[in-house]
Amino acid sequence: MNVPNNLLYSKEHEWVRIEGNKAFVGITDFAQNSLGDIVFVELPEIDSKIEAMSEAGVIESVKAVSPIYSPISGNICEINQNLEESPELLNSSPYDQFVFAVEMNEMLEKDALLNASEYEKLIEQA
Amino acid sequence: MALLKRTPLYEKHLEYKGRIIDFGGWELPVQYEGILKEHQMVRQKAGLFDVSHMGEILVRGNDAEKFIQYLVTNDVTKIQPKQAQYSPICYQNGGCVDDLIVYKYSNNEYFIVVNAANTDKDFDWISKYAPDHLKVENVSSQFAQLAIQGPLAQSILQQLTTFPLDQIAFFHFEPEVIIDGKLCIVSRTGYTGEDGFEIYANPEDASQIWDSILTVGRSDIAPIGLGARDTLRFEAKLPLYGQEISADISPLEAGLGYFVRLEKEADFLGKDALLAQKKNGLTRSLCEFEMLDRGVPRSHYQVAIQDQIVGCVTTGMFAPTLQKNMGLALIPSEFKEPGTKIDIIIRNKKIPAEIKKGIFYSKKTKKH
Repeated sequence: MNVPNNLLYSKEHEWVRIEGNKAFVGITDFAQNSLGDIVFVELPEIDSKIEAMSEAGVIESVKAVSPIYSPISGNICEINQNLEESPELLNSSPYDQFVFAVEMNEMLEKDALLNASEYEKLIEQA
Repeated sequence: MALLKRTPLYEKHLEYKGRIIDFGGWELPVQYEGILKEHQMVRQKAGLFDVSHMGEILVRGNDAEKFIQYLVTNDVTKIQPKQAQYSPICYQNGGCVDDLIVYKYSNNEYFIVVNAANTDKDFDWISKYAPDHLKVENVSSQFAQLAIQGPLAQSILQQLTTFPLDQIAFFHFEPEVIIDGKLCIVSRTGYTGEDGFEIYANPEDASQIWDSILTVGRSDIAPIGLGARDTLRFEAKLPLYGQEISADISPLEAGLGYFVRLEKEADFLGKDALLAQKKNGLTRSLCEFEMLDRGVPRSHYQVAIQDQIVGCVTTGMFAPTLQKNMGLALIPSEFKEPGTKIDIIIRNKKIPAEIKKGIFYSKKTKKH
């Protein structure tokens, strides 16, 4: 299972990439593999407010409906509209496709996230 | 805690890296390589399924036909020995006990294949109504069942038997076919909308037959899990017990009128209720629909028309071959006309859809 070193991770299997005051959020390789073939992504609305660990969107595979949480509070500032047409990109290249980005209003929140080796331990136990 | 049951092919599912789930009390693979890949494999080439969890019930005795005719809604007198027939079986109120396939050996012997989760219920139901001189046996544990489905199914299976498989017509069977040296029952049936066979084998022989089929089929065949079994059957508009039909949904409401022979002379379980439904007109109908906006319909989602909840989705999904989000919904018959606009309630939002007809996958089974 691929777990890039340069990213942060949530216990709910989202990855986070910090760029300035923006946090880009996607789903991990482990998450896409567990979900199976992804056929639908429901994205949050731009400019909507989001609380940390609340539901920001929905990812649906052939068999399952799963929420995607935002690990970070703030305002939704970008969404990846490619995923509406091509949700399968989350299976083929989970780390190249963010789902949404949050303008952070609480920089400290990111310190609660896991680093790559901590996340690897988590999925080994799963 | 009830222990999960395993089929004789459980070790094979692990060996082929199947993702095992609890499927109604059975440890079975939901997928191997991925549902979409497996789905396409069956539509384009061939796939091999372990369906050993299905139940088998043997009914034997003088004029067993008379009782089977009373049990099923279809007309079992229409089939000959070595022929099989699909039929619902109904409660007196017209709701479905199950849907099953009756294999006729003779007027005195029938082999009935039922849904796994309904096996005990069906056995009790059949035993309750069978006259004393008939012997009703639950022989499920004596059979493993493999399904080989897809356009290349026949050519692959033919490599393992000298029996000319093209002589088995759709919904016919051969009770004694040697597959890879092992005695099997082989029928030209399936649950995918493709041509193919179902093989009933001795549980001890199942692993060998499984390996041999995958070996001779090479890259033209792959093991298929229950996930793709569901997408394949749905896309071909084949009903699933518990969704399209149930104790609360009659076969007429589910659009299975072709398998309910109300004109047959003999009385049968559910006949009066089904006759009344037909006479008074159906209040509910199972309808095809397609999403008009983005969203995946799923089983049990509510259907609304002008803010009124009118029914629910029985099965819905992204249909892999048709590349559409579509479904079947049970709604009041007044709304069944194609072109009717409905809403599917997805996460508390109304997503528009439209009633259509004839949008499902055209079955490629071999009619003779």
